[in-house]
Amino acid sequence: MSAAEEIVTEAPAVEAVPKRAMTLGYGTSLVVLAALILIPLFVKNFIIFQMTMLLIYALAVMALNILTGGSGQFSLGQSAFYAVGAYTSAILMEHAGMNYALTLPIAGIVCFGFGFLFGQPALRLSGVYLALATFALATAMPQLLKLGYFEHWTGGVQGLVVTKPDAPFGLPMSQDMWLYYFTLAVSIGIYLASVNLLRSRSGRAFMAIRDNEIAASAMGVDVALYKTLAFGVSAGITGVAGGLGAIAVQFVAPDGYTIQLAISLFLGMVVGGVGWLPGSIVGSAFIIFVPNIAEGISKGLSGAVFGVLLFLVIFLVPHGARQIAIIAQQLAAKFKKN
Amino acid sequence: MRSTVRIAAISAAIVAVAATSTAAFAQKKYDTGASDTEIKVGNIIPYSGPASAYGVIGKTEEAYFKMINDRGGINGRKVNFVSYDDAYSPPKAVEQVRKLVESDEVLLVFNPLGTPSNTAIQKYLNSKKIPQLFVATGATKWNDPKNFPWTMGWQPSYQSEAQIYAKWLMKEKPDAKVAILYQNDDFGKDYLKGTKDGFGAKAASSIIMEESYEISEPSIDSHIVKIKAANPDVLLIYTTPKFGAQTIKKTAELGWKPLQIITNVSASVGSVMQPAGFDNAQGVLSAAYAKDGADPQWANDPNMKKWAEFLDKYMPGADKTDGGYVYGYGAAQTLAKVLEMCGDDLTRANVMKQAASLKDFTPDTLLPGVKINTSATDFAPIAQLQMQRFKGQKWELFGDIISGDVPSE
Repeated sequence: MSAAEEIVTEAPAVEAVPKRAMTLGYGTSLVVLAALILIPLFVKNFIIFQMTMLLIYALAVMALNILTGGSGQFSLGQSAFYAVGAYTSAILMEHAGMNYALTLPIAGIVCFGFGFLFGQPALRLSGVYLALATFALATAMPQLLKLGYFEHWTGGVQGLVVTKPDAPFGLPMSQDMWLYYFTLAVSIGIYLASVNLLRSRSGRAFMAIRDNEIAASAMGVDVALYKTLAFGVSAGITGVAGGLGAIAVQFVAPDGYTIQLAISLFLGMVVGGVGWLPGSIVGSAFIIFVPNIAEGISKGLSGAVFGVLLFLVIFLVPHGARQIAIIAQQLAAKFKKN
Repeated sequence: MRSTVRIAAISAAIVAVAATSTAAFAQKKYDTGASDTEIKVGNIIPYSGPASAYGVIGKTEEAYFKMINDRGGINGRKVNFVSYDDAYSPPKAVEQVRKLVESDEVLLVFNPLGTPSNTAIQKYLNSKKIPQLFVATGATKWNDPKNFPWTMGWQPSYQSEAQIYAKWLMKEKPDAKVAILYQNDDFGKDYLKGTKDGFGAKAASSIIMEESYEISEPSIDSHIVKIKAANPDVLLIYTTPKFGAQTIKKTAELGWKPLQIITNVSASVGSVMQPAGFDNAQGVLSAAYAKDGADPQWANDPNMKKWAEFLDKYMPGADKTDGGYVYGYGAAQTLAKVLEMCGDDLTRANVMKQAASLKDFTPDTLLPGVKINTSATDFAPIAQLQMQRFKGQKWELFGDIISGDVPSE
């Protein structure tokens, strides 16, 4: 075995995270939930729209977190799953006239199947090689969406315009606010399901594979099945996020789902803390708001400013938001003791 | 000389007095984004990402309004130009436009760039009744006042340009056998449709071949070889710049000399003609609506002098061969004209009304004879172009200004 191969096989994919550390305590969860429910009542529609996008990207980041933090597999191809979900919803709504809420589970199932199938060849790859394979998927997706064969449904380069749903039952709510609460409900549901998944037998199997594939297989875990399953679940959640994104933005086009999006999601996961699900929302906030802050500092050098900010975060808190949460917890404990 | 100055001064004074006196009587009306002292104009443009080369347009417009403000503003109001980066991504475009409208509270959104971004924001802006004025894309669909009364284009549409080529060919080469090479996307297809419409009944007999390529193909040599085999005598090159250069080069390499017409988008001397080889590009035709900032024939043109002075003062170090400076200046000047026409009625409805009543307006940067005309049913401001032929190392204009108005769908 050459030295290079040794390094590749020995590099631990992700630092092991005990499963209890993957979630927030009840008290903190309730505070965050209350904030998410109450804030929209007091802010402008534009902020509500941004918060909707925050939740949507948080879902996509969390999906990646389950894959990477849970089962230890890398993916730079999440934008492709996101795009498939977005297009599934958009096409069903605009061509089949389906209700927006019904399109989401379909988007999820389609993406689950897509991710599961993609997981099959990906089984043979690990670490950086898997990252590259998924990268290829992300670069191919925008061009596939432009293909003439699908143009009748996808609208080609022009994309598809999606109608934004009104609040049902005549609720006195703006479209934005309704969509926000709808997204919030979906997000909470998926978050709870994900937490339970990771605490279940399957979740333990994911983490066993992440920590040591050979040991997991020796203990009777079907490595191939659970690895592809992790891909499927991750892709399914990303697909739902994509569908919600299409409804919120009211438009899908190939240019919205480039490799840039996949890298943003990856970035969000690292900033939020790999393997820490609540960090997803922090990561999502980072990828939505920091570019705007960077642009505010310098328009011409927004990319460079963003780079500097990102560098600072990685340098000061390499484990992302999770590290800050742990420090805060320790401080709180000390405070209680005194 | 002195007397003309005096007359000018007196008439200016009279106009000023007249203006102030009418202003005193006229009811001042404002929508969000306008006040006695300020007009807030929003814009999105890719300053980063794959299309960041267009960012120069946004910077030029910002500088132009700075110049306007230094000269006292428009009807005494300063223009506050707020421009955000959308990175050529439709979801980002929606976010930034909503920020402009709901957080910055602009009066209108001006010159947002790119077909995908504009499609993404069109429905939103129209439902909020906010002008989406002079969009920076050549797609034909922006001229649709019936369905989208708050959206208006600016530059000639790809279809009207293609119609002009067809009209010119029917007149100059009525028996031409035409082959079309086009990019397989909305851009190429717009050109294809325009050509067919331009030929009308003669389309079937004139166009002997339609060959498309994908933007992802590294080289289009094989397509050229295939077209040559059909032996047309006119080749219409409906491509983006990179492929335009490849086409001109390949036809020369094959020793084939059809009459070639290339899109205005790919008519750049620096990024197409030079890489294709000046020798190979001799005699290639195209059409233009704006003056070329690098062309010495405009060195003494008083209007282009104004443009050059503006660049020297407000954007020192600007590369004058970059078409973005010409484009941004012309578009900004058009908006300034519309806002001036609005007078003290700065409501969104009046902005659209005035934008739809431009009569023979000529920004400094347009070719002599090209005029901006709009009406309640015509939301395509520039619809005229002039043919040009590549000679030596630059384009030479010839023939009349041709109009290629595409009726709204």
